Amino acid sequence: MTPPVRTTRLSARDTLSEALAGILRRPGRAVLTALGTVLGVGSFVAVLGLTATLSSRIDGRFNLLTATEVSVQDVAAEHDEFAGPAFPADAEQRLRQVAGIAHAGVLWTVRLDPGTAVGSLPTGAGAGAAEGGAGGGGTAVVAASPGAVAALAPTLRQGRLYDEFAERTHQRVAVLGSGVADRLGITTLATRPVVHIGQEPFTVAGIIADVERRPEHLLSVLVPRATAEELWGPPGPASASLLIDTELGAARQVAGLVPLALRPDHPEYLKAVPPPDPRVLRSGVTSDLSALFLLLAGICLVIGAVGIANTTLVAVLERTGEIGLRRALGARGRHVWAQFLTESAALGALGGLVGTALGELTVVGVSLVRDWTPVIHPATVAAAPLAGLLTGLLAGLHPAWRAARIEPAEALRR
Amino acid sequence: MTAPVIEFRGVGLTYPGPPAVAALRPCDLRVPRGEFVTVVGPSGSGKSTFLNVAGLLDSPTCGRYLLDGIDTAALPDRSRAALRGRRIGFVFQAFHLLPHRSALENVTLAMLYTEVPRKERLVRAREVLAQVGLAHRADAVPGRLSGGERQRVAIARALVGRPSLLLCDEPTGNLDSANAASVLALLDELHGAGMTVVVITHDPGVAARGHRTVTLHDGRLRA
Ligand SMILES: Nc1ncnc2c1ncn2[C@@H]1O[C@H](COP(=O)(O)OP(=O)(O)OP(=O)(O)O)[C@@H](O)[C@H]1O
Ligand SMILES: [Mg+2]
Repeated sequence: MTPPVRTTRLSARDTLSEALAGILRRPGRAVLTALGTVLGVGSFVAVLGLTATLSSRIDGRFNLLTATEVSVQDVAAEHDEFAGPAFPADAEQRLRQVAGIAHAGVLWTVRLDPGTAVGSLPTGAGAGAAEGGAGGGGTAVVAASPGAVAALAPTLRQGRLYDEFAERTHQRVAVLGSGVADRLGITTLATRPVVHIGQEPFTVAGIIADVERRPEHLLSVLVPRATAEELWGPPGPASASLLIDTELGAARQVAGLVPLALRPDHPEYLKAVPPPDPRVLRSGVTSDLSALFLLLAGICLVIGAVGIANTTLVAVLERTGEIGLRRALGARGRHVWAQFLTESAALGALGGLVGTALGELTVVGVSLVRDWTPVIHPATVAAAPLAGLLTGLLAGLHPAWRAARIEPAEALRR
Repeated sequence: MTAPVIEFRGVGLTYPGPPAVAALRPCDLRVPRGEFVTVVGPSGSGKSTFLNVAGLLDSPTCGRYLLDGIDTAALPDRSRAALRGRRIGFVFQAFHLLPHRSALENVTLAMLYTEVPRKERLVRAREVLAQVGLAHRADAVPGRLSGGERQRVAIARALVGRPSLLLCDEPTGNLDSANAASVLALLDELHGAGMTVVVITHDPGVAARGHRTVTLHDGRLRA
């Protein structure tokens, strides 16, 4: 049956402007209604933002260098007292077979006889403790192959690093950490300075300003591995280690391959330590820290929804007369429904926007105080007002349905 | 010949209660197009009930009601809403103005559901407010208006949709004689322009303005 008159309609624009008028003409009420959503969305944004900020700090600590570092320890003594040094003499050649390695080399701290010290002048048996004795300066002598020195990622202040040739020919050359150079008063290499380790003179090839790995070696004298072995013998049990600078992303794989490549007979003599997996740490932080807070934020949001639902329901009852009037003016039930639903959704969205702003302020404020770099994912910022809108929409369903069902005559009698 | 605007055939309304109240006992009534009918009766006699039925705000519990020849019993809700919005203007006993909207906005509300463009709504609302002598109070909210001014806003809202049937519940109830006279003059004018007008009143002076007076007593309607 065709209707005898054109049905009435309410355009989307009019629905929205009626809903907004309903909100804006009673701002005090709107604020109270939306408060729950503001708090809920605000805490969501704050928690997500702070979590993102914290994990970015963890990411920062797991920078490129840590992620590309593998160190291999000599644990042979744990398996066999008489096993001897676990690293073969040709360790570095063998490692050339392993893909993903940028630099690698064996290094250990040389055990010097008591009384043997590092100084500008010869020391040791008969000479007595000279200036800067071993105890006072704490200068360590480190036997390091050229590959190991490169794996430290050093920055040179002066001169150069020793090379494979120096290693092969057992040269008496040394690279000084900046701390040692300062202590010995060596400021320039132009005078071809020499350091003595005990009685043994070493030509200073270069001075390292800084290293990106193992900063303790800034207080060391680095000498070629072969030279050290010739003068002071092989490394003691469990004192040598292998430092590997891998290509990006290869660290874990390299760590798995190296023991077998170096000691196919006894891979268990070597223990490779890969960098920690940042993902594991990050998810640890996320689950520990934010699970609870997200739960709290969720509860806030539910409370917000219940708040909107309640206030909207009260508003519906309070505005029964208005509903009756609108029905008399031609509104259909669905028009009333749409108006109240839009009103509550708009309130939710508004609360969501304000909450997002407050949440961001919190993250920025906390970061400012703790001197962090605030990180908020764009998705969080985009999704938060939507969460508010959704909250309002869900909260409005029941009151809007109630409003639509009110009989006009009944409503007008109020 | 055109169908009467209101045709009651044994129409009655009993509120289910308990206790059941026969607010309008089954009755017959014809109001032809262009007529000015007044309804009188003591308080509680069923005048507002009659108006609700005539205005499709309530459905009768018995009988058939034909509005402009259309049998309203068979109509779906959307058609009843459409008839209310497009053909009927209401002036309620309690005004029912939205408290947080200006007089102008209250009047434009009557065109919200009938596809009148937004700009035209404002123009027409101003025109009608001027017609009831409230042009200068267009931006005031109802709380700042006198009782008589509110009543005139309610009348303006009922007129602005250009209904063919105007239903007024005590339109002069709150007015002094001067204001009441101007409202009555307005109703006369509308009626003169061809509008069908039904006015509920308990004021014999107002009742005398109609072509015809219908009396309600204990829900019993006598034409
Ligand atoms: N929803 C309802 N349920 C039960 N009884 C009702 C209901 N609404 C009205 N009544 C009763 O119906 C009768 C008629 O009411 P109505 O409002 O039509 O009177 P009225 O003539 O308009 O009175 P007044 O001049 O005071 O406005 C009254 O006795 C009233 O108590
Ligand atoms: Mg009444």
